[in-house]
Amino acid sequence: MPVCKIRHIRLLAAVLAVPILVIVSLQTQAEYADVVLNRNSEKEGVRPVVYPHWFHRIRFQCRVCHTELGFEMRVGANKVTMEGIIDGKFCGACHDGETAWTVENCDLCHSGLPGMETGITGGHKTLGPGNW
Amino acid sequence: MSIVKNLITPAATVIAVFILLLFLVNKESHSADPNQFNRLMAPPSKRNPPPTEDGIHDGPGASMLQTPKSAFGTLPKSKSGNYIDWVKALDEKKIQPRYDRNDPEVQPIVMDLNIVHEVKGSMPNVVYPHKQHTEWLDCSNCHPAIFVPQKGANNITMASILLGEKCGVCHGKVAFPVSECRRCHSQKKKQSAGAKAAAK
Repeated sequence: MPVCKIRHIRLLAAVLAVPILVIVSLQTQAEYADVVLNRNSEKEGVRPVVYPHWFHRIRFQCRVCHTELGFEMRVGANKVTMEGIIDGKFCGACHDGETAWTVENCDLCHSGLPGMETGITGGHKTLGPGNW
Repeated sequence: MSIVKNLITPAATVIAVFILLLFLVNKESHSADPNQFNRLMAPPSKRNPPPTEDGIHDGPGASMLQTPKSAFGTLPKSKSGNYIDWVKALDEKKIQPRYDRNDPEVQPIVMDLNIVHEVKGSMPNVVYPHKQHTEWLDCSNCHPAIFVPQKGANNITMASILLGEKCGVCHGKVAFPVSECRRCHSQKKKQSAGAKAAAK
């Protein structure tokens, strides 16, 4: 009986320890310059958008979005809406089914963890006192 | 009697598991050397994690996105940011980002002009290369809103950069962070006559 009990405990401990250790070791390691867009997303019942700068800069120079498409270089300064995107503004200039995937692939952009605030993530920041 | 025994056994098991877990959690936080270097920094193996593990992604789409590591494989490395030297990657033609949204053949209008900012402190002078910047950006991205295109018209301080103004609009957010002091502060100062005399 004692041997059986010890085995029982060991098994249970092993099973329960896995998620606990995962939670302990889980930290935010977002990629540098990932942008969270959550002005409207969660209000409208979808996940926040995560925009990866690294992915886009491999394919386009900064100027394409920040001049041609009119994205201001300040978080929160761009009022990106789905209506605008469908009309070909902002993300919609490329996410039109020709250059990049269409707006029907909601989950690919709206893939952020619920509850995140609009802003730049991923470490080093020059956003203001205390943030550095 | 057997009912009591049947109740005690699971109860004891649960308590034992709880104590074990507490021990394990406690051990986790103390397992590594508490006085190690860079205790809170991600070790190289944990850098550039896939979207499913980076702590900001969620939902079914995350697993379909490209992982940074698969994209960064052949690109030159750096010590901070994405751990990629983007300027070098462009120089070596490891990446060919489009200048024009639709036409991959259009070449950027590059201006090769270095601006030297003589700094007041003991740090080397700042050399600002237009070349590397115009390979990515248009003039209008910086001029005139961020920098007045006139010599001496811009009062640039590290304080304003750290507050996200001037160079800090990009550096520290999307371009290499200001922890890379010597990438900007790169020109050795000429020693003044007074300083030379003092050294003697």
